[in-house]
Amino acid sequence: MKHFSFGKFLAHFFLLIIVFIWVIPTFGLLISSLRDKDQVALTGWWTALKHNEFNEIVRTEKSTVQFKENGVFVISGNLLKNSSSKSVINFGITSKNPKAFKAPSKVTMKNGSTFYLQKDGSYRWTSDKEFKHKKGKRIFLTVNTPPSLTLENYKEVLVFRGLGQSFINSLTVAVPSTIIPLIIGAFAAYALSWMNFYGRDLIFATIVCLLVVPLQMSLIPILTVYNQIGNFFGVSAKSYVGIWLAHTGFGLPLKIFLLRNFIKSLPHEMFEAARVDGASHYQIFMKIILPLSIPAFASIGILQFLWVWNDLLVALVFLDKMPSEIVLTSRLREMLGEFSQNWEILTTSAFVSMIVPLFVFLSLQRYFIRGLVAGSVKG
Amino acid sequence: MAPALIILLVYLIYPVSETIRLSFFDNYGREFTGVSNYVWALNDSDFRQSILNNFLWLIVVPTTCTFLGLTIATLADRVWWGVFAKTLIFMPMAISFVGASVIWKFVYEYRGAGNDQIGILNAIIVYFGGDPHAWIAIPFWNNFFLMVIMIWIQTGLAMVIFSAALRAIPEETLEAARIDGASEVRIFFYIIIPFLSETIVVIWTTITILVLKVFDIVLAMTNGQWGTEVLANLMFDWMFRGGGDSGRGSTIALFIMLGVIPIMIWNLRRFKMEQER
Repeated sequence: MKHFSFGKFLAHFFLLIIVFIWVIPTFGLLISSLRDKDQVALTGWWTALKHNEFNEIVRTEKSTVQFKENGVFVISGNLLKNSSSKSVINFGITSKNPKAFKAPSKVTMKNGSTFYLQKDGSYRWTSDKEFKHKKGKRIFLTVNTPPSLTLENYKEVLVFRGLGQSFINSLTVAVPSTIIPLIIGAFAAYALSWMNFYGRDLIFATIVCLLVVPLQMSLIPILTVYNQIGNFFGVSAKSYVGIWLAHTGFGLPLKIFLLRNFIKSLPHEMFEAARVDGASHYQIFMKIILPLSIPAFASIGILQFLWVWNDLLVALVFLDKMPSEIVLTSRLREMLGEFSQNWEILTTSAFVSMIVPLFVFLSLQRYFIRGLVAGSVKG
Repeated sequence: MAPALIILLVYLIYPVSETIRLSFFDNYGREFTGVSNYVWALNDSDFRQSILNNFLWLIVVPTTCTFLGLTIATLADRVWWGVFAKTLIFMPMAISFVGASVIWKFVYEYRGAGNDQIGILNAIIVYFGGDPHAWIAIPFWNNFFLMVIMIWIQTGLAMVIFSAALRAIPEETLEAARIDGASEVRIFFYIIIPFLSETIVVIWTTITILVLKVFDIVLAMTNGQWGTEVLANLMFDWMFRGGGDSGRGSTIALFIMLGVIPIMIWNLRRFKMEQER
């Protein structure tokens, strides 16, 4: 029995490591999207939950705010803008030695004035002579910053970087592109499984072939056709209708194939009984097939929805890059070039593009897996 | 039925023949130029690079996914939190290739030596005393760093299919082997693997088809720079480069098509067998 339990331990151990490796990248993305943008650029996301030290350069108030108190001139204020969670560790008054003093301490400036800085960033600057400086004096700080998670980045990308609009565009593409092939596919699948007509097997064999045809084979001719239609009618070649139909075309073979296999697996006797009772094909389809196929529809629909939502190639070819048409994946790809160093924007945008698929996946996981398993077991 | 046929005709059957035709024509598809596009392709360094890289992808990705998928499915069957583990490993399946590229670009992020690394891979290497690298810019090896993304996504697919197949193995067979004193390892290699042979082929072909078309990852990570070009990205490039060259683009698409033809024939044979049954 001892040997057995050791094997069990190894199973736990290896699986844990694999799961860990699998989850860490996504987790890092999620954490980064919630962090302050200055922190994202400077420290790794795994430090997000501990205190970090940052160097800051700030200025004191201008001489206009000074007041006289007991014969001395005073300027006072707060270098950390009263943010209560931060605290000053070290500070300096020259760039050569930015960590010269430990807060809190009193420093005598070159002109004889006294500068007193406390840990919370509040300072009091006193002098016998009147302050004359126009710009505030530069102070170098080392600030202890607590972990802070914020939704600021989400507001930034959704509102100011056009991701909110892209989100709506993605939905506009994905919903019809899911429903149309499902409906057309269902009728075709029924015809292929229960109606006898000449050439049925040939059509189905063709569909089996089309299943694996790379969609790259279709791009150039269809784009050409779209351009011609666009020129002829004087409209843009790139439109939502165009991409709905394109997605329908590319997704249809798999939809027909899966639905046909499903419908074929339904009990034979049921259809014969219905036929004997005088039901037409249309009635059989509406009253028997559709209600029975709901789970299959769900699986296949989810599969198609996620496929369309996550697609980049078809969107790049058949949709414009203007704000009213650009979808999430395509916008995200643009941002990779535009904001290649702004990881707070990239991570947040990526997460926005993942929210819908992740939600669908987590809530409808069973249907999703069923669809995928059926979809891969081709033939 | 009719609308389905029309759509299939317009969006798949006509384009396939048109693409074949265009591959023998010039960049605007007007003048017949014979095999000059093919001659160009075979002499073009980007094209050769793409073919090599596609081969590399075809060898590494399906193999690794199948191996990892089977391993994980087997392990997850043995622990009480297996379902939870499978959900987490399967999750990348729901994420777009572009989203996954952002995730991994962040993992590979490089800062000059001496700075704080914000990419976790370099941070780990620096922690253990190594030097940070700009991973996606190292020729040849960067291909593998891109493949990791695809493997990360597709292993989940292999895993769930294997899980379903493992459950279909009759319990009596395994029981009998155990009573006969076979070790778990022997059972795995002599009973489970033969039982799964068909599933392995299915997963292999599914991932192979996907890998042949790999595009989003390469476009988003490197856009084919540093020797990572693949056919699908090269084709996309030629579709729009200099106003678009439909001849060269079509030729490249045909080479992708060439890769799936064996799978197509195999599928057809299986379909025929099923019809005859």
